[in-house]
Formats: sequence, structure tokens, C-alpha cells
Amino acid sequence: MAKAEQSGGQRSVVTTMLLLPTTLWFLLLLVLPLIVILVFSVGERGPAGGYQPAFTLDQYANLPARLKAFTNTLTLAPLGTILCLLFAYPLAYFLGVRASARAKPLLLALVVVPFWTSFLIRTYAWIFILGGRGIPALLAQFGLDDVRLINTPFAVLVGIVYGYLPLMVFPIYVSLEKLDKRLLEASADLGASPLRSFLQVTLPMSLPGIVTGCLLVFILLMGEYLIPAILGGGKVFFVGNALVDLFLQSRNWPFGSAVAMALVVIMLLAVTAYLYFASRGRRRADVSVI
Amino acid sequence: MRVYAAVIYVFLYGPIALIVLFSFNAGRHASDFSCCSASWYGRAFGNPFMMEALVNSLIIALCTAVLATLMGTMAALALQRVRGVLRLLFDALTYTAIIIPGIVIGIATLVALVTVFDAVNPLLAVAWPPSLGAAPRLRLGTGTVIAAHTLFTMALVIVIVRTRIQDMDRSLIEASSDLYAPPMRTFFQITLPQIFPAVMSGFLLSFTFSFDDFVIAFFVAGADTTLPIYVFSSIRRGVTPEINAIASVVLAVSLTLLFVAQALQSRRRRYQSP
Repeated sequence: MAKAEQSGGQRSVVTTMLLLPTTLWFLLLLVLPLIVILVFSVGERGPAGGYQPAFTLDQYANLPARLKAFTNTLTLAPLGTILCLLFAYPLAYFLGVRASARAKPLLLALVVVPFWTSFLIRTYAWIFILGGRGIPALLAQFGLDDVRLINTPFAVLVGIVYGYLPLMVFPIYVSLEKLDKRLLEASADLGASPLRSFLQVTLPMSLPGIVTGCLLVFILLMGEYLIPAILGGGKVFFVGNALVDLFLQSRNWPFGSAVAMALVVIMLLAVTAYLYFASRGRRRADVSVI
Repeated sequence: MRVYAAVIYVFLYGPIALIVLFSFNAGRHASDFSCCSASWYGRAFGNPFMMEALVNSLIIALCTAVLATLMGTMAALALQRVRGVLRLLFDALTYTAIIIPGIVIGIATLVALVTVFDAVNPLLAVAWPPSLGAAPRLRLGTGTVIAAHTLFTMALVIVIVRTRIQDMDRSLIEASSDLYAPPMRTFFQITLPQIFPAVMSGFLLSFTFSFDDFVIAFFVAGADTTLPIYVFSSIRRGVTPEINAIASVVLAVSLTLLFVAQALQSRRRRYQSP
């Protein structure tokens, strides 16, 4: 170790060199862009679109013009998160508590893999299933005519559950995996019914996983664009869709920047509030993001 | 319980299977199915716009993965020795890069780059030595997509590799330097083999993220197209079996890479989160 101390100066040079490219990237492509949209959001729209320097809060005052996008996002994102939780929990329970050790690695990989597989294409597959010749055509054979599924909030929710289920399963699985099975045996030996064991032992033990999973899904849903664009067909739109419209179609950059800032602020507030309530009564929530 | 799990797996893989099935459609319309023909694959690969988008996407994904893996691994290695405010700041930036929605990153990068390019291009035109020909114009395109993708994936690699470094057997490194191995040799013979699975899965995840990303590329690609952008605009125009064929190829590529990444990551640490 004495050797290492001798070359301390040299080591800090190496450390600096190793961190240099990453630092440069963070500054140029994260810090600078965030500062730029903050500046733009207090600016004015130029005569031909784009940006004109100013200091005004007009853009923020104008936010209610896109209220529908915000209310849609703030109802469908939490609803989607809860649905994901309801569908994911039994699977995570199965994987963590019931599945055989031999089958587990494969079953787990099969859950994780879709999440990293082309989101666009997986969402697009539902156009077939929910579209006119999919489920509605099937229902028509049973006499249920004129069922519209595509371009409804229902379609968007299906897309959400389909897209984000893996992200919810994994953290819950990890917390159930760690659960000491002897606790369940002890609970049963002491005469607790399976339901009571579940409510008093399993569920509280898996709470950190539930918190992490909901957090991950909620954060991603707040910035969702593709699912409403493909399955909402312009009728069900999120803030993300409003942003694309403002930046690429109507080229109203200052207002778009204000909408983006509002989205980030609302997201941070919601996440903070959620973590606060989730950790009340428990000493520490496991909120590691990855 | 078993039945429920089976239903969920069908739910997860059914739509994917459907796309692959429909790509072998012999009929002309995407929604009327008649078996079986590979002709749509021929059509897809004969389509010059599709091929250009595919090549762009592959270049972007490869460059992103190489850059992100190199920079992320370098940073993760260096961060072991960094403490205090600097460390906190770096961690905060890493998590910010991961947490901020892709759409906000895309927009902010677009606006910032356009502003910077508008300021730099006139200067460049003046300062450029005439002996080197016409001054280059900085513009949005594949290069800016690579830069933007590298931000997120680099943060991802930092987190993955750092987790691995924390679990690493430190006594081997000490033993190596006690035996007077030069630092470079210790790195290549001890550290690198131990963190290699994490570095490799970071590379593969970066590649798939970049190859699949639509939202960020949509904003910063300028006049260039990537495969997801091409697929998205085609869906807008109507669903064709050709898109199903392209989608099946994309699925095959990402599924293969992912299973390799999963296998690598589970080789030692079985249940590490992706």
C-alpha cells in the first residue's frame, strides 16, 4: 500500500483523465440542455416560431391551454401504474416464492427480455389485436357489434400494462426472493390462515419492491409518448404528445419549454410525495433506481 | 398460480408472435392472413429507404455502445477513488440522466444543439482555414443521435459496472500489486476479467437501447432517419405486411442480443437487476 501512496499525485491525474469524457458529456448534453430549456421557458415566441429573448412568465401562465394533456397524464399514469402492480404482483410472487429453482432463471429472463425489446413494435402489435379486425371482429361474432377498442383510454391502458409489466415484476420479485420462507412456516404454525400470513408477513416484506416498481413505472409513464401516439390515435394524448406537437409542428419553443419544465417539476413533486408517504411508518424505503 | 403465470407469459409473447406470424402473410393486406410467404422480407430488404434507415440505426447503435461502454467503464473505475462532494455531484448527474424522461432529454438536446450550432456555424465559416476547403456545417443528424444516446447509456453502464466493482474481490488486486505487477498489468489481468461480464452486458444493453430508441432520435435526428423513425412514420401511413417483416427482423436482432446479455450477467451474479 505504501507504493500506492507514493504515486498519489499520479493516481489523481489518472482519475481525472478517466472522468473527463463523462463529465464533458454530462455538461454538454445534460446540464446545458436543461439550462437552455429553463431559459427558453421564460422567453417569448419569435415571429417565425423559435425563440426570442425575454423574461416573462407568460408561458407558464398559458399552461392551462394544455390542461387536457396534463389531466390525462395525471389520471392515466397513476392508473396504469396501479394496474401494472395488480397484474405483476401474482407473477412476481410465483417467481419469488413458488417457482422451482431450476426453471427460475429462464422464467425471469423471459420476463425481463420484452422490456428491452423494441417498444415501438410491441406497442404496434396491439393495433392488430384491438383494431377493427381483431377483438372487435371476434366479439361481433357473438353478437356484440360496434365495440370500439382502439383509440380509447382502454387501449392506452392495455399498452401501458403490456409495456411496463416487466419493470414492475422485477423489483417485487427481488424483494420476495429475499423473504425468509421460515417466517411463513412460523406464521402457519401459529395458526394464521394463508390469507393472514400473506397480509401480515409477505405483503409488508415485499413493500420495498412495490415502492421501487411503482416509482420506475410512474416515472416512465409521465414522459410517455409512443403508447398514446399509437393506441390513443390523437384522442387520448399525454404531455409527451403535446410536447411533440409544440416542438415539431407548431414550433412554439418557449411554450413547449414551459410545458417540459412543468412536466419535470410535477414529476419530481409526485415522486417526492410518493416516497414520503411510502416511507412513513417504515424506517427506510428501498428506492434504488436500478 | 401456475396458470396465472402461464397466462401472463402468453400476454407478453402473444403479440410478438402475432407480428412474426403476419410477416409471413401471403396476402396483400396486413389484416387478411393467408399462409405462407417470405416475399415481404424480400420487399423489405429491397426497399432503399428501409435499408438506409437500418444502416443508420446499426451505425448509431454500434457507436453509442462503444462510446458508452468505454466512457462509462472508465468513469465507474475512477469513481471508486472519488469521495465527498465530487462523488455526490457525479452520482446526482448519473441518476438525473436516467430519471429525466426521454422526451424531455430529446427536446432539451434539440433546442440546445440548434442554439449552439446557430452560434458556432458562422464563427466556423470565418475561422476555417480556406486551404482546407469549405467550412463544415454542424447539423443535426446521426452524430447528434449518437451523442444524445450516449448520455443515457453511459449512465446505465456506470451503474451496472459500479455494482460489479463493489462485489469484486479486492484482495486479488492488492495481491497483484504486492507482487509488483505494474498497475496496467493488474488492470488487464485482474480487474478487467472480473468486471468483464458487467462491461459486456452494459455494451449489449446500450446497443439495444440505442437501436430501439424512438423518442430521442425523433427530435435530434434532423433530416436523417433511423429504423424506429421509419417504422413509426410507416405505421402512420398504414399497416403493411412489409412493416411486419421489418419488425420481425428487429425483434430477432434485439432478442438475440438480450439473451446473450442475460446469460452473461447471470453467469456469476444470478439475480442482479438489469
